[in-house]
Amino acid sequence: MDLSIFEYQFMQNAILSAFLGGIACATVGVFVVLMHMPFIGVCMAHAAFAGALLGLWLGFNPLIGAFALSLLSAAIVGPLADRGELSPETSVGVIFSLMLGLAFLFMGLMPGTKSGALELLWGSILTNTRGDIIFLGIVAVVVVGLVFIFYKEIQATIFHRDMALSVGIPATVILYGILFLTGATITASLRSIGGLLIFSLILNPAAAAYQLTYSMKRMFLLSAAFGVFSGWMGLLMSYLFNIPSGATIVVTSSVIFLIAAIFSPKRKVKGWQVKPLAGGEL
Amino acid sequence: MGDTVIDIENAVVSYREDVALRGVSLKVKSGEFIGIIGSNGAGKTTLLTVVNGLGKLLSGRVWVLGHYLTAGNGHSLRKKVGYVAQVQNIDPRMPMNVREVVMIGRYGLLGLLGRPGRHDWKVVDEMLALVGMSHLAQRPIGHLSGGEQQRVAIARCLAQEPELFLLDEPTASLDWKAQTDILELVKQIHDSRHLTTLFVTHDLSCLPVACDRVVLMKAGLIWGEGSPGELLTDDNLSRLYDMPLSEVKKRRSENILV
Repeated sequence: MDLSIFEYQFMQNAILSAFLGGIACATVGVFVVLMHMPFIGVCMAHAAFAGALLGLWLGFNPLIGAFALSLLSAAIVGPLADRGELSPETSVGVIFSLMLGLAFLFMGLMPGTKSGALELLWGSILTNTRGDIIFLGIVAVVVVGLVFIFYKEIQATIFHRDMALSVGIPATVILYGILFLTGATITASLRSIGGLLIFSLILNPAAAAYQLTYSMKRMFLLSAAFGVFSGWMGLLMSYLFNIPSGATIVVTSSVIFLIAAIFSPKRKVKGWQVKPLAGGEL
Repeated sequence: MGDTVIDIENAVVSYREDVALRGVSLKVKSGEFIGIIGSNGAGKTTLLTVVNGLGKLLSGRVWVLGHYLTAGNGHSLRKKVGYVAQVQNIDPRMPMNVREVVMIGRYGLLGLLGRPGRHDWKVVDEMLALVGMSHLAQRPIGHLSGGEQQRVAIARCLAQEPELFLLDEPTASLDWKAQTDILELVKQIHDSRHLTTLFVTHDLSCLPVACDRVVLMKAGLIWGEGSPGELLTDDNLSRLYDMPLSEVKKRRSENILV
């Protein structure tokens, strides 16, 4: 197998992007999985895609549009679900379809070729620039750094928000901080993985880690490892079979989840969960 | 205010169009054990959220542990108030063990950048021993029974070193044995620590015998207040629960209502 391709600058950029994007997405994914909010994440990913297209159409930086619309969607969905005015499924469903509609509207209004828009849809990690990597790196460091600094607040909020509030933790601020980090991660990874696929890289590594451990710290580490592995393995597959890298990254992360789910120790009934009845008991 | 720790005057709380408290006044002295009784929707839980600073006052005045409650200061008050809710629906795959959950009780005291140290873990282990859960310390929290989860919730609450102990239907949806165990544990904690305790229940058979005073609530108002012996008469219960007197007598004789 000729691996000389990995000596080229564009491939090294892609490897670094997969590493940083894998860590950031998979870390954010732990919040998404444990707080049972995958649909809010999907909604934010599509909002980011719509925002990027708005930027392309109106001629400003697509990443600014992606970040703004992704946060706007979280700012709408979060409080609606929080106050119980609408069920989370309903509010996410409405915003999700609106964002997808806006995305295709902006694409339709865009003059000339749509190649830039399609790149944002499918992702093109092989064309990542030094600037993209720096942005991804900053987001990855901020995400991991904040998890490290505020681990106990995040852990309590993830476990039970009302309980975290009742012991004096600012759980609402932590929740919105988590949504903010999710928006930033989606934006930074948008060009590499693509608006349609990014959410799989957020959800799958964390969902796989969730199958394998009862320790939250270990779940963060496993998730990040699966995220990076998905990125690298996806890149290799993409090169070997000459297929789009965003798709191979997502398929790899899905296969990891499938294997983790099949071999999950959590599926087995623990001995201590089935206590034998002592003699004489009914 | 002497040894008064809670002083609520004419508190009105509303959730959208529903008024949950319609002008409630209550004084609680340090070390008292108060049972708050009433049917579902009477405003019992809302009264507790007013005490721990989570409720939003429309009008009235609430003074708890030296703080007048305003929109912004509930956060610091909650660090001093232990709150045990009903049995929670915990994800069986949640990656946290019992010991880690009890440690959450210390997080408010530790502050934003504080890390749990050896002393904090020692307190956690002592509280687990107190509630008889040391042997399950490493077990995933989602694998516990309802009664065990309530013991952990009480341990978490005590690890907080609270000045007030609020229990909101802690025995709801538990079996008879677990209910008895939790009630006994709450009584034992109150007796040994003299913690000011507010115990909410809609089920009179779950009212701890340790209660100094009972507060009867109906439709967002305090409907009666006094010693359990004076207040919990068949006639009062019949009016409180809108239930025929004969039915109350029958249920009390069957020990469904004490």
